[in-house]
Amino acid sequence: MSTHTLNVNGKTLSVEAAPDTPLLWVLRDQLGLVGTKFGCGIGQCGACTVHLDGTPARSCVTRVSATAQRKITTIEGLSADGSHPLQEAWCELDVPQCGYCQAGQIMTAAALLSRKPRPSDGDIDEAMSGILCRCGTYLRIRSGIHRASEKAARTKGPT
Amino acid sequence: MSREVSPPLDRRGFLKLSALAGGGLMLAHYLRAAGSARDEIAKPTQERERGGFTPSVFLSIAPDGEVTIFSARPEVGQGIRTSLPMVVAEELGADWRRVKVVPAPLNPAYGQQVAGGSTSTPNSYLPMRRVGAAARTMLIGAAAGGWGVPPGECRAEGGFVHHGASGRSADFGSLAAAAAQLPVPDEKGLVLKDPADFKLLGTRVGGVDNPAIVTGKPLFGIDLVLPEMLYAVYERCPVWGGRVRKANLEHVKSLPGVREAFVVNEASAKVTGLVPGVAIVARSTWEAIRARKQLQVSWEEEPFAESSWEKFAAEAKALFDRGPMEEIRRDGDLDRAFSGAAKVVQADYAHAFISHANLEPQNCTARVQGDRAEFWAPTQNPADGQAAVAAYLGIPPAQLTVHITRIGGGFGRRLHSDFMLEAAAIARRVAAPVKLTWTREDDLRHDHFRPGGFHRLRGAVDAAGRLSAWSGQQAYFDQGLGADTFPGRFVPAYLLRTAKLDNGIPMGPWRAPGSCTHAFVAGSFLDELAHAAGRDPVAFALELFDSRAVVPGTGPKGVPYDAPRMRGVIALAAEKSGWGRPLPRGRGMGLGFYFCHQGYVAEVAEVTVSRGGDLAVERVVAAVDVGSQIVNLSGAEAQVQGAVIDGLSAAWRQELDIQRGRVPQSNFHEYALLRLPAAPKAIDIHFLKTDHPPTGLGEPALPPLAPAVANAVFAATGIRIRQLPFSRTSLAWL
Ligand code: FES
Ligand code: FES
Repeated sequence: MSTHTLNVNGKTLSVEAAPDTPLLWVLRDQLGLVGTKFGCGIGQCGACTVHLDGTPARSCVTRVSATAQRKITTIEGLSADGSHPLQEAWCELDVPQCGYCQAGQIMTAAALLSRKPRPSDGDIDEAMSGILCRCGTYLRIRSGIHRASEKAARTKGPT
Repeated sequence: MSREVSPPLDRRGFLKLSALAGGGLMLAHYLRAAGSARDEIAKPTQERERGGFTPSVFLSIAPDGEVTIFSARPEVGQGIRTSLPMVVAEELGADWRRVKVVPAPLNPAYGQQVAGGSTSTPNSYLPMRRVGAAARTMLIGAAAGGWGVPPGECRAEGGFVHHGASGRSADFGSLAAAAAQLPVPDEKGLVLKDPADFKLLGTRVGGVDNPAIVTGKPLFGIDLVLPEMLYAVYERCPVWGGRVRKANLEHVKSLPGVREAFVVNEASAKVTGLVPGVAIVARSTWEAIRARKQLQVSWEEEPFAESSWEKFAAEAKALFDRGPMEEIRRDGDLDRAFSGAAKVVQADYAHAFISHANLEPQNCTARVQGDRAEFWAPTQNPADGQAAVAAYLGIPPAQLTVHITRIGGGFGRRLHSDFMLEAAAIARRVAAPVKLTWTREDDLRHDHFRPGGFHRLRGAVDAAGRLSAWSGQQAYFDQGLGADTFPGRFVPAYLLRTAKLDNGIPMGPWRAPGSCTHAFVAGSFLDELAHAAGRDPVAFALELFDSRAVVPGTGPKGVPYDAPRMRGVIALAAEKSGWGRPLPRGRGMGLGFYFCHQGYVAEVAEVTVSRGGDLAVERVVAAVDVGSQIVNLSGAEAQVQGAVIDGLSAAWRQELDIQRGRVPQSNFHEYALLRLPAAPKAIDIHFLKTDHPPTGLGEPALPPLAPAVANAVFAATGIRIRQLPFSRTSLAWL
């Protein structure tokens, strides 16, 4: 058991956990941030995706000890009020079915958009192939990313 | 405050009106059910006045105009929490933006609270409309009374009652108090809206929980957190039906964070109930999972420890060759049809076991305190869970509260209550609330699988190129075919025989049970026969339904098959897909169609197969007849898209082997669900509206997908796929 100081969604927090504890379980069981989901525990489904310094990471295979100096962002911290363009696009296009995978989808897509504001279908295929959706919302996920990209471009205005 | 005003609305229910303190109105539709529901309705008045209302449909209108609609059915992603309230809101003339949907707890007075069998829409559509219409009639009555105009001159829309001639309008909130004083309209006087005037139904409405989902709010069973809660995992015998001999409990208990470790050696009579195992209860999920890695158990693995897929396949073959098999249906003269045939085709088909693989693993949170218990469960079948757990704990069901959480994927898995029984077995021994979480390994290996199966088929076409005979044999693990299974009833000479393979495997319903695999077997073999006859598969299929009307079902439970409706969707799918267009080698189109759960669906898949055998599904065109009215167009399209993708995912690579009585696959690296790049590039959906009551859409769009793709692969390559998953067959062509 050791103490870890984490920066989660802009807040500095301290947690007691064995160093090999996956970040996923620290978030869910200790910090009550249950938006990040458990799906497989071995890095295969992407339901547990968070950002570490803005890059998508599988929290189920990321030891809490490896996150100390990094900025952790979860779905709860993606925007203050659900106004990230992806969150809005997801509601407009009614992307979720059961909804269980969608935090991982949105976090992965958010990292894609910040890297590539106007992604092609090929970019989307590549970025999103690691995130399973058991309900089969893939076509709406693709449309949702394009919609969010357009929204973001509109708010930024012509460049 | 409540008045019993209950003209019968329908055979099974009555309406009840209450005035709410502060000027609101509440209208409830109660089931006139037998037994417990009846008792529930008869609960003392004070119970109701505390807000303990237990209606099957409940709607209230607050003085500020907010409309609250209770949603009683579990939400698994089928969109029921959005679609059924839409039905009430439509008839009411409410402003959808001012409608709040509130989940209802488990209570017999709500009637059936099951999410399964695509039954929610057909069972609830009319009662929901009647409640909405009754409330609308009262609101109009209140407005018309106040204005001194005939109610017939008023209409309700957008949360207001309008009087066209005078231009006056009043919002629902301001009318609620007066409306609550009016009698509930008699059923005979109740006028339902003309569907041509629907404003909300048939439009695209986003799921009511979407804002919470996209911001990561706790909604799912697995998200539940209670004060002082502990976390459990449960190790089951890898061989079904096994028991614990001994386990190193003392060592496990000494590991960090572990509070309890114990053996549960009780088992339900059914293999899909409680199974023996070892529970580990810890301070966090991870500490429980980590301690489990050091758990050592010796198991009694009899009696199914030696079963394997190969042995079952050999048994099936022996049954096909020598019997015995049970005759399920026989029509016409098979000998004559086969001896006089122009072409006879014979083929063996098989389909593997697969898992439900709900993305949210099974889980349940339970608190057991003396003779009272409280459960939070992502269950499609809460009443079954309540009954099973109450019986297990030996307490009256009424003392067991079941909270229905949102569910991260149902697909039939959560109609069973094993995970609730496990939580009960653990929580009764722990003096704190406990959340049991299955790992993915638990979930894949201890799923209640979609059964595998084996088929031998023989079919004939006559000199005119028409299907003349069909003889099917099925060796099944569970869910044997029935007398009405397609193409029974549609072939002049027909024989179906089945035999059950003795096995101890836990199995259960999987999205469109039975149909989901049989559509592939029958639809592929039909395509083989069409090609043997040198016919176009669409024309060959349409011919089966020509000059037939509604074909009655067999026996008291038989389901009629509406031939013109099937004909309609096949023709529509063919037309919209550009069927018959010449395509280069390596590209092809295939037809799949099936009737189940009251829905008629045909799908045309267009695929490309590279010379090396890589398959890509370019497009799927779906034609769907689920009656006269699509409730939520967005939800309906999502169900069809989901069914197409799920159908493809299941058919392409999903497969669980069986070796030494267990499943060797453990997690998603060995069990391949479809990923985004492999999804069809386009899914075109066409709803064929016919004059029939609306029916559910969770299931019927799935079965046609597998035969559509397999038949398209044949058209593209000449390679016939006779096994599920497709990945068992090399698609390389030269
Ligand atoms: S739970 Fe982390 S990738 Fe599946
Ligand atoms: S919406 Fe259910 S898993 Fe993606």
